[in-house]
Amino acid sequence: MAELSREQVAHLAKLARLALSDEELEHYAQQLGVILDSVAKVTEVATADIKPTSHAIEMTNVFREDEIRPSFSSETTSRNAPEWEDERFRVPRILDEE
Amino acid sequence: MNLMAFDEAIEQFDPVMGLEVHVELSTKSKMFCGCRTDFGGHPNTHVCPVCLGLPGALPVVNAKAVESAIRIGLALNCEIAAWCRFARKNYFYPDMPKNFQTSQYDEPLCFNGYLDVDVVTDEGTKTYRIEIERAHMEEDTGKASHQGGQTGRIHGADYSLLDYNRAGIPLIEIVTKPILHTGKDAPLVAKAYVSALRDLLRALDVSDVRMEQGSLRCDVNLSLRKDATSPFGTRSETKNVNSLRSIERAVRFEISRQAAMLDEGKKVIQETRHWHEDTGETTAGRSKEEAEDYRYFPEPDLVPIAPSRDWVEELRNTLPENPAVRRSRLQAEWGISDHDMNSVVSAGALDLVVNTIAAGVSHTAARKWWLGELSRIANDRGVELGELAITPHNLFEIETLIAGGTLNDKLARNVIEGLLNNEGSISTIIQARGLTLVSDDTALLAAIDEALAQAPDVVEKIQQGKLQAAGAIVGAVMKATRGQADAAKVKELLFQKLGVSEE
Amino acid sequence: MSELISKNAVELAALIHSGEVTSEEVTKVHLDRIDSVDEKVHAFLFVDKENAMASAREVDAAIQSGTIASPLAGVPLALKDVLTMKDVPTTCGSKILQGWKPQYDSTVVARLRSAGIVILGKTNMDEFAMGSSTEYSAYGPTKNPWDLSRIPGGSGGGSAASLAAFEAPLAIGTDTGGSIRQPAAVTGTVGVKPTYGAVSRYGLVALASSLDQAGPCTRSVMDAALLHQAIAGHDPMDSTSINTAMPNVVDAAKNQSIKGMKIGLVKQLGGDGYQVGVRKRFDEVVELLGSLGAEVVEISCPSFEYALAAYYLILPSECSSNLAKFDGMRYGLRVGDDGKHSVEEVMSLSRAEGFGPEVKRRIMLGTFALSSGYYDAYYGSAQKVRTLIAKDFNDAFAQVDVLISPTAPTTAFKIGDKVDDPLAMYLNDVATIPVNLAGNCAMSLPIGLADEDNLPVGLQIMAPVMADDRLYFLGAVIEAALESQWGHRFIDKVPAL
Ligand SMILES: [Mg+2]
Ligand SMILES: [Zn+2]
Repeated sequence: MAELSREQVAHLAKLARLALSDEELEHYAQQLGVILDSVAKVTEVATADIKPTSHAIEMTNVFREDEIRPSFSSETTSRNAPEWEDERFRVPRILDEE
Repeated sequence: MNLMAFDEAIEQFDPVMGLEVHVELSTKSKMFCGCRTDFGGHPNTHVCPVCLGLPGALPVVNAKAVESAIRIGLALNCEIAAWCRFARKNYFYPDMPKNFQTSQYDEPLCFNGYLDVDVVTDEGTKTYRIEIERAHMEEDTGKASHQGGQTGRIHGADYSLLDYNRAGIPLIEIVTKPILHTGKDAPLVAKAYVSALRDLLRALDVSDVRMEQGSLRCDVNLSLRKDATSPFGTRSETKNVNSLRSIERAVRFEISRQAAMLDEGKKVIQETRHWHEDTGETTAGRSKEEAEDYRYFPEPDLVPIAPSRDWVEELRNTLPENPAVRRSRLQAEWGISDHDMNSVVSAGALDLVVNTIAAGVSHTAARKWWLGELSRIANDRGVELGELAITPHNLFEIETLIAGGTLNDKLARNVIEGLLNNEGSISTIIQARGLTLVSDDTALLAAIDEALAQAPDVVEKIQQGKLQAAGAIVGAVMKATRGQADAAKVKELLFQKLGVSEE
Repeated sequence: MSELISKNAVELAALIHSGEVTSEEVTKVHLDRIDSVDEKVHAFLFVDKENAMASAREVDAAIQSGTIASPLAGVPLALKDVLTMKDVPTTCGSKILQGWKPQYDSTVVARLRSAGIVILGKTNMDEFAMGSSTEYSAYGPTKNPWDLSRIPGGSGGGSAASLAAFEAPLAIGTDTGGSIRQPAAVTGTVGVKPTYGAVSRYGLVALASSLDQAGPCTRSVMDAALLHQAIAGHDPMDSTSINTAMPNVVDAAKNQSIKGMKIGLVKQLGGDGYQVGVRKRFDEVVELLGSLGAEVVEISCPSFEYALAAYYLILPSECSSNLAKFDGMRYGLRVGDDGKHSVEEVMSLSRAEGFGPEVKRRIMLGTFALSSGYYDAYYGSAQKVRTLIAKDFNDAFAQVDVLISPTAPTTAFKIGDKVDDPLAMYLNDVATIPVNLAGNCAMSLPIGLADEDNLPVGLQIMAPVMADDRLYFLGAVIEAALESQWGHRFIDKVPAL
């Protein structure tokens, strides 16, 4: 069912923001292909009449009241920041919007 | 970039629009956590594990946001889903702490609605029905400010700074179905739709709907086709068109730009475009030819929402009168012209006038104050009318003092200035600024005598029947009392003294 | 070896409560034990000596003043490094979180604190709980105290090994596809995956949100019940938390008779692929159950054949999204920020460097399964299998009170044996996964050593949603019966380190 090409794996790596070497791409293409072959088994029984389950325990309408709760101080927020400047997280340049 | 004249473009092509509006709800707390939603405050101080996307944190839905979403849906004549889920929209971007947006995908809370919009054209007022595809719940992103390079611009920046105070504020995304058959009215229809939507949201009291602050944001999708029977053309998506006027201009611009391209035999590219308020142009952003793959799937951390039909009906009963219906009702009640009514609406003064009337002021006076003095001041200060520190009850008090002869128009304006500067109550201001009319006859007669003594020729003129000459004396008395005299009274005393009658 | 460290938690609690020993002493002997053996076992990633001693002293004071009545007050515990604890390093076994000190407590930690339980430190695990051997930890594998050349199971190998090595009498694990139960089985300890939603996930760094559940890891059924009771219960911070009263698991753990209990033997779990010695011990337990008056019948759950496949689609899908937040922007490892690389490049470099191969594999697998054009065939079908598995459980529980199977198909394998063979590694969870997919609860407890390798074998008991008490009801009786056969606790046979 699923043969993954190197290009497909490269595309997945890009979507997932993983900078992989050519060697890794090759390796994962092979491994993922094997795994996908195995898990494709699900299609054997997943007929159209079966309702999919996203949540094992059925619950609905879990809400909280619209109430303000304490937030972090700027110091607390910054505590794990790799780079912090002018009360904000500093990140490398962003290429284009969205 | 070539442009085709708008009229010619419309003659050759049929525009198809789609409008996506994002509305920030004015709930106290965020969509999925208890952090505050108000503007201001230091960066990154309205954040917690949830809205910072810290590992392990989990979202819990704000009940008020769901309630507001349902009310918006009902006001837009939508169906309300009996059961729906949140979904994750997966893409990486540094303003989104989890690198997915919790949104809704194929199960929106509200769907299949419409909004009727009145559009004033050269040929009179036309009503367009804008069909609503869906209104769904999602969360806002943080804010990036780009440092280095051209100020504030992403392009050429060296790095960016991120503030997540806005991340997680509840948003409702309202998406229209393709808006067809608007022809040359397209720009006006787009503007009128967003304007009507804004009025509706304001009447629902669910959002600040301040376009300039970004609490209401509009994306304009536009494509052209040969004629009304051709298949849709390729569309551009112009992001963040954030004023009513810009919406109209952006639609016009895109029509002219795309028409020129098609006319030259080029293809319109499916892409995001950025609107530039200063030049009135759009420029290309990221190409969407390689479609984004958001890998939506049901949000496992949140359970489905299944609003009971009873709850929905309860919320339907809380809906305010439809703004368009309400406007025509009020116009008839006040007996004013279309033009006068439009002035009230476009000044954003409708609710203020209504409330002022409710406080006991006549509609004429209420309109006079809000559209005159107060609009002028708001404009000078660059704030919304509603933000001025004056209440409908203040205006009622002022009107009462005028009727009782304690204040005249000029003094009333002085009082208003005091109110807007937060100088205290009206009586405090009158006292502190020494603003009472001199109604004491002796004092006024003394002032009249003084004035007459300075202008002996005036007495003669008046006695000869040239009554308009009295103006000079009244003026001199007003000046002497620093405006604190009742002009009518001065005139009356003057004529009495000189033994003439106005009739 | 101090006598104190070999005691069960319930005994330690009684000694502390009566004033015979202090929590401080008990905590100290466990910290000393960690000092002397953890070099060999590597159960811990971080030992929080100072805080542990400080909170032990606090609990002692509270016990003296009578302000704490919790049944486990003063007993130390090892916490899996996937749960946040304020200001204490939390790595999830990953390099990408090296140095991260969460600014908040998970609900589990908050409940442990309020129960007066002393947290000794954070235990090793497969990176982000992906694995069945703890070999995928970025900080090196944990060894099985029964044989240091073997794996302690995973992902919660550190928690289970800390119990078998007497470094802690209690531990917390998390179970997404067997990460509490399979380590319990291969280390001869007790582990329970509560009903999904019974224990708050707030502060549990998510692997697969719809499957993850924290639970107790102990050396006895009663200890597990007491710890279960301490951490379970509704939490408004977790939308999937169940808002009804929990069954009384502590009372259930006092049970002494299973006469008339109906027990189902799952036909699909236990045949081919199960080690001979595992099957032998399991068959003996089945006989034992009959002799104790239970009615044992075979039950067929045909959809269980598809559970592993569905699991390896649902888990990677959810995890690909859950792990997107690790991008080096707000916390954790950042690589390549040299002023030249763009934000996108820095994210990609950080993630490539910070994640290990198994995590990358699953992220890509999940990215694929969710991508347009493949969603319906993969993720969509897997969700339908979930429905079928829940139906199999429902049908089964209409006939029997609980289901049983071996917990894992084999005893502990050698470190390095399966590390490069993902499919072979995945098979370890074949018996534990169905419960996670359906949301119900299960326990693993030791039932003996396999003849061929003298390594522990675990029995899995599965019960319906919110019937966690049945696990303890049966588990307590089996434990008592086996201990009386052996004449000692199972854990007493673990070789000295
Ligand atoms: Mg959106
Ligand atoms: Zn927050």
